[in-house]
Amino acid sequence: MSESAAAAPALWRHPEFRRGAREMAGVALGISAWGVVAGVAMANSSLGTAWAIVMSLVVFSGTGQIASLPLLGTGAPLWVVWATVLCVNLRFVIFSLQWRPYWVHLPLRWRLTVAYFSADLNYFTFVRRFPRAEPAPEQWPYFWGGMVVNWGSWQLSSLIGIALARQLPMHWGLSFAGTTALLALTYTMVSDRNTWLAAAVAACAAVAAFAMPLRLNILVAIAAAVAVGVVLDHTMPKSTRKAVKGTA
Amino acid sequence: MSAWELVVIIAGMVAITLITRGFFFLPRAQLPMPAWLTEGLRYAPLAAMVAVVAPEIVMTQGHLIATWKDARLYGAAVATGWYFWRRDMFGTIVAGTAAMLSLRLTLGW
Repeated sequence: MSESAAAAPALWRHPEFRRGAREMAGVALGISAWGVVAGVAMANSSLGTAWAIVMSLVVFSGTGQIASLPLLGTGAPLWVVWATVLCVNLRFVIFSLQWRPYWVHLPLRWRLTVAYFSADLNYFTFVRRFPRAEPAPEQWPYFWGGMVVNWGSWQLSSLIGIALARQLPMHWGLSFAGTTALLALTYTMVSDRNTWLAAAVAACAAVAAFAMPLRLNILVAIAAAVAVGVVLDHTMPKSTRKAVKGTA
Repeated sequence: MSAWELVVIIAGMVAITLITRGFFFLPRAQLPMPAWLTEGLRYAPLAAMVAVVAPEIVMTQGHLIATWKDARLYGAAVATGWYFWRRDMFGTIVAGTAAMLSLRLTLGW
């Protein structure tokens, strides 16, 4: 694995690299609307343009950046800022459990690389492409293809937001493009009755728990959907569902 | 806020992002995990996406919207229709956003 990474040109030319880039490009286009919004928020914060650019380039975590901005403005203590970033990032802890079988055999420096760049979109597209939780040689180029596109489009769009903060018509609600992109990605993941039900439960839980601070409603929604999914898989697994139909 | 404070804050944010994203695969040691949980996690990405999308469509300022005159509802409906008609990501984004924008800019919804 480290040999293939060392031979970077081979990685670029791998067909899975192109596939990862292509599958990321569609959704990254929509999410760059959120990148612009994040950039505008950073430019309008007390941070100042120069530090906004530094933060955008170094901290590759949109929700973490946006959550920390109002706190930096009010001069909140260091630990409050960090605790906030930790809370809005807690969903990644759940994602990392599912990432584990794919990456745990890699050397530490590549595991750190994956950890740094594995934003939500990388996770969503990757587990859709590789639903079986076992390592395969195509995974590394696929991850890199998606990562390059996602990192590049996020950075470009938030820099555009920082640069054009005063010129953009933010009241139009153009960030809706990000919502439609995630909506389309959601539809690619619902395949059978159990996934539809889990998605419906997650939607209700996220709306009902919206008042929770620090976007913890996302964790509530994940917990509810996983719980419902486990129960459905055990009471109505695919194979026995057919059998039930046959006997009825 | 001084430059040094900002450097420390940003470095801490990078460290927190790294640790949370790599929490279960940065350490090599196997953590005991029940099989039903690892299987159930296949619902996690779907749930996380829905949890971000649903409030973006049906909530304003932290409250469920109480009107049908909201451009986002029709934008989401058009995006949904386009996706199941063409199965195409790019078209879904453009059609949904265009529908939302046209209602917002003409009717002010």
